[in-house]
Amino acid sequence: MRIGKRIALLVMVLFVFSIAAAGCGGGTETDDPAGDVIKVGVNVELSGGTASYGTNARDGALLAIEQINKDGGVLGMQLKPIERDNKSIADEAMSISAALVGENIVAQIGPLTSGDVAGSTPVMMENKVPLIAPAATAANVTVDDKTGETRDYIFRVCFIDPFQGTLMAKFAAEDMNATKAVIYCDNSSDYGKGLAQYFEKTFTENGGTILAQEGFVKDDRDFRAALTKIKGLNPDFIYVPGYYQEVAPLIKQARELGITAPIGGCDGWDSPDMVSVAGNEALNNSFFTNHYSSQDKDPQVVEFVEAFKAKYNKEPDAFAALGYDSVQIMVQGLKDAGEADSVKLKEALEKITDFAGITGNMSIDEQHNPVKAGVILEFKDGQQVMKTRIQP
Amino acid sequence: MLEFTQQIVNGLSLGAIYALIALGYTMVYGIIKLINFAHGDIMMVGALVSYFSLTLLGTNIFVAMAAAMIACAVFGVLIEKIAYRPLRNSTRIAALITAIGVSLFLEYFTIFIFGPAQKVFPASAFPIKAYALGGLSVLNKDVFVFVSAVVLMIILQYIIKWTKTGKAMRAVSLDQEAAVLMGISVDKTISITFAIGSALAAAAGVMLGIYYNTVNPLMGIIPGLKAFVAAVLGGIGIIPGAMVGGFVMGLLETMVSGYGNSLYRDAVAFGVLIFILLIKPSGIFGEDTGEKV
Repeated sequence: MRIGKRIALLVMVLFVFSIAAAGCGGGTETDDPAGDVIKVGVNVELSGGTASYGTNARDGALLAIEQINKDGGVLGMQLKPIERDNKSIADEAMSISAALVGENIVAQIGPLTSGDVAGSTPVMMENKVPLIAPAATAANVTVDDKTGETRDYIFRVCFIDPFQGTLMAKFAAEDMNATKAVIYCDNSSDYGKGLAQYFEKTFTENGGTILAQEGFVKDDRDFRAALTKIKGLNPDFIYVPGYYQEVAPLIKQARELGITAPIGGCDGWDSPDMVSVAGNEALNNSFFTNHYSSQDKDPQVVEFVEAFKAKYNKEPDAFAALGYDSVQIMVQGLKDAGEADSVKLKEALEKITDFAGITGNMSIDEQHNPVKAGVILEFKDGQQVMKTRIQP
Repeated sequence: MLEFTQQIVNGLSLGAIYALIALGYTMVYGIIKLINFAHGDIMMVGALVSYFSLTLLGTNIFVAMAAAMIACAVFGVLIEKIAYRPLRNSTRIAALITAIGVSLFLEYFTIFIFGPAQKVFPASAFPIKAYALGGLSVLNKDVFVFVSAVVLMIILQYIIKWTKTGKAMRAVSLDQEAAVLMGISVDKTISITFAIGSALAAAAGVMLGIYYNTVNPLMGIIPGLKAFVAAVLGGIGIIPGAMVGGFVMGLLETMVSGYGNSLYRDAVAFGVLIFILLIKPSGIFGEDTGEKV
């Protein structure tokens, strides 16, 4: 019995050592001779709550790096991605950034969510290494809320939250000829409220009136009272900025009550659950803003979609496209800078104008946000169909 | 006028769901004076059982509902045996805290096993039909939920008032020690109470699934809380009170959203609750019993 215990202990000790050794093994990959490669940090969510965002953006970024290397690299050097999983935790994103900076990366792609980018931001700022966020849409990612100053080393390739509201208002007023709209927004998130505010501003500027603003909160499932009221107001457009968990039952109930007016929304709608919960029929005549559409007929997008499908055997979503664009804009910056230096790269990125990305032409403004177009998607019998591309 | 009638229909169908959940709350409280905070989560388990019965076994909705009710009855008895019985003679606050613990355990254990994502309740399980009555939209699921709530309440009232088990329940509720002396098995009676209460929760869970066609591990929290409020509003421990409390809550929320502003829905609904309780602390149906010295 006693011998048995000792053996068990020995096995355990060996096991622990083997894990430790395996853990260390990962660290030796950085011993490349410096000079002929440019290291790019990829700090993304590969596990945890937003793993699907991170995984797709990583796939897009790696596709871009592979294509660039095949075409001879940048400045005569090959790009070398160093990929790390931040587990969808802001603290983890920060310590990974610190480790990546230690490995002399020229820039970091990711993280995906605004919260994780905020975790990573102080390290990047302190070490003067640019961070390119593919999809962090909160306004304060690139601008300090308190001082109003732009965060020098933080860039992004996605449009920011308020812009989507503006976009949908333009679409409602110009393409749908709507004049009387009702806003029914997710009142428990800054996201929903911000979008509603900018929708109202642009819609009224275009000569429309907002008949009423109603609100729901996260986890609400019954919307019929407010919807009955909205039906009585007889609007010709209903704007519902929110996430799919609430929006899908909301639209279903609206159609059950006999509301036929077009319903507009935002990128929070982009989920397969929309169709499975609300149903094909209820979703007809509803539209939402998004970063890009894989159905875009633009030759550059078609080429990207084909290459992505060939490599990963799946349809590239908006995150994949944004990950791809993040790498491409960094490469453009490196070319403009003329050398692989983080500070010069930052200066070059600030001057980028009319960069042709998959998610639209973009120019970086003084707050490090891209000025770019967005797309409007329409649900047709359960399929997302690209309706139009709207310039800012 | 048409809009008003529509809002009444909306309010009644929302209220029926609250009432159904409140029935189970109030019953358990009535017998052992425990606010079973896990009630909403048992409801979630019921919804999950029916979801798997529908999708994996391909049963129809009535079999799924029966399966959910039976599974939850067993489950409720188990919870009572494991978590509440050992604490029956300790302070009420200890039992209350345990109930919160059970609630959290159910929520996060379900997330651990099935993941946090919502599951889509198969729409084919209960095909929705709309009856248009002169511009009024009444759905068959509204009628279904309303009728079930009323029928279940009547059955419950019958069990408690007219059967031997019900008599035992009332006796245990009145005085546990005296009930034991009269030859009533307190353990058995409380087990039956939990079985019936949990089966009711399961029925409510299945209806929520039909109603909003999604099921997720945290779906019990908000309806559970509102139903608790409904039970208190009607007078906790009183069966018809739970029913009326549920409908009052449903109608109140609907009217505030419909004629006031949806942003103030919960604030007004809970404000009215506070107001009623200030005037009549024992709830609408509660009897004011003076504290005996």
